[in-house]
Amino acid sequence: MSASGANPPASPQVKSVNCPGCGAALSLRSFSQAVTVVCDHCHSILDTQDPQLKILQQFKKITDEDAPLIPLGTRGKLRGAVYEVIGFQRRTIHVEGIPYSWHEYLLFNPYKGFRYLTEYNGHWNDTAALRSLPTLNNFAGEGTVNYVGERYRHFQTCEAETSYVLGEFPWQVRVGETAEVTDYVSPPRVLSSERSGKEITWSMGEYMSGRDVWKAFSLPNDPPEPIGVYENQPSPFSADTRTIWMIFATFAVVVVVMMIGFASISADEQVFQGDYKFNPYSKAEASFVTDGFELKGRTSDVALSTTTNVDNSWIYLNFALINEDSGQAYDFGREISYYYGHDEDGFWHEGSTDDTAIVPSVPPGHYYLRVEPESDVKAGIISYTITAKRDVPQFSFFGIALLALLAPAALLTWRSINFEHLRWAESDHAPMESSDDDGDDN
Amino acid sequence: MTQPAANCPNCGAKIVFRWSSSVQTVCEYCKSILVRTDVDLKKVSQVADLPPNASPIQIGTEGVYNHQTFVAVGRIIYEYDQGTWNEWHIVLNNGSAWLSDAQDNYVVTFAAPGRKLPKSANVGQRYVWDNQGYQVSTITKAHYRGVEGELPFEYWDKEDVVFIDLMSENGKFATIDYSDEEPALYLGETVEFDDLKLKNLRTFEGWS
Repeated sequence: MSASGANPPASPQVKSVNCPGCGAALSLRSFSQAVTVVCDHCHSILDTQDPQLKILQQFKKITDEDAPLIPLGTRGKLRGAVYEVIGFQRRTIHVEGIPYSWHEYLLFNPYKGFRYLTEYNGHWNDTAALRSLPTLNNFAGEGTVNYVGERYRHFQTCEAETSYVLGEFPWQVRVGETAEVTDYVSPPRVLSSERSGKEITWSMGEYMSGRDVWKAFSLPNDPPEPIGVYENQPSPFSADTRTIWMIFATFAVVVVVMMIGFASISADEQVFQGDYKFNPYSKAEASFVTDGFELKGRTSDVALSTTTNVDNSWIYLNFALINEDSGQAYDFGREISYYYGHDEDGFWHEGSTDDTAIVPSVPPGHYYLRVEPESDVKAGIISYTITAKRDVPQFSFFGIALLALLAPAALLTWRSINFEHLRWAESDHAPMESSDDDGDDN
Repeated sequence: MTQPAANCPNCGAKIVFRWSSSVQTVCEYCKSILVRTDVDLKKVSQVADLPPNASPIQIGTEGVYNHQTFVAVGRIIYEYDQGTWNEWHIVLNNGSAWLSDAQDNYVVTFAAPGRKLPKSANVGQRYVWDNQGYQVSTITKAHYRGVEGELPFEYWDKEDVVFIDLMSENGKFATIDYSDEEPALYLGETVEFDDLKLKNLRTFEGWS
């Protein structure tokens, strides 16, 4: 000691020790930071502060199922630094008598200290202790907390029991120990407080996909598929939902501008009007042709409007818009009916006395209409007026375009809401219609 | 940079002070704890073997805090029921401070004398010093486990003492040290390892 006294101490080395319980070789990976180490052969928890490695607790291994998915001693890179897995524990909570367990992997870097990876049903979190206190907005513990300008919503408070441990820890661990764990979420982050005794420690986790964990630790095969929606799992829809509504808003503005544009360049010009009467009782030939009229300008639509005095009756009009020069005819029929009356629900009515039909893309030229009315003989004499306009602005197309844009946005929003519903269904604040009984509040 | 040299009254080795205001140092050779008097160095105690310690910092480690370079010149090792932690005595351009390393959680604090301090406190209790609110986060009973290098006061062979650590909502940190009859307050903040830009660190086998 004296000869080398002036030199800096030698590099700390990974220490090998033997378990006093079963004699198995154990390595201490965190140099002298470990307070307890667990023998993975006989499951003795040993006091590393004691030169004799006093056995603090021996727990019975119930099952081998819980072998860590990342073996102890594995190194990986997180946030630019190399970490080694040195400890593993399973923690269990009971909700309405049903145990739920998650796993915590303790990671160590001799300069940066300790972090954790937690895993529940294939969902991972990269977790580290907080260096500042969050602001509690509701002292009762429920409600929200603020941390670095971000608001976290209370998700769950439960009693977590350490149910399995392996490896080494820089604090005292025992199987069977409990702590009150409260989670507040703001996806992809979660703030957790752990209360044991008088002390509260805070940590922050950030959601990680199993694939990223596998990549960081160069693990073979594939990570387990995540099951369900986890408390701080970022919604795959929320960002897209915002984007799609932005796109929808942009397109809606474009569509409205186009509508205004089309309306302003449309001539909306009346080319024909005629008043007629139809007596269904008459045996005479009902069909007739109108006076001719001219469609000028560009090829455009023709709107044929009919106003009638149908009164609890109907009229069917067979139209043909005929080009005098080419003989080309546009045939179509319209039924106009209007019924009304009183029943136990009050006044009712059905149909309309007016109708408009659009004939698209009619080239300019000389035209006339052939009209063939039909009706019920009991309807009496029906008066009607036919008006033809050319180059009428059409808005239904734009309406359809808007609806077509709205559909994916609405669908995505619905999926996003559904995702949040699944998230919060697992919380202390599950909506009442969920199937599980709200037992712990009573 | 180095200060006038003297000799160890115990073994005769040369003692060099890195900081002119140091009150106590430890002879690197014979581990005698030496206290400066007006005229010479007086041996007051001897350091027992230091416990195995995994702080990456060592005497001579340099770093940057608040745009000022510093060097670690001494330390106190404390032991408590969850292991040990280090209070590294660091010297900056304009004085000295403490860089505490507890399981690689780093905090820089400065002595803040003259504030009103409680005789005792409970976890969760709130205090305000210099318009900054703090909340008691941990109360630790610890004892002196060893010293190394230069310190701004005499410190050795202390019995169990209480440390009250306080945190804030903005990374500020406070410690009340009950080592002496009059409690001493240290105010500072938590710091990230990378931000300290530490040089001349210890190496760890298997880690580069």
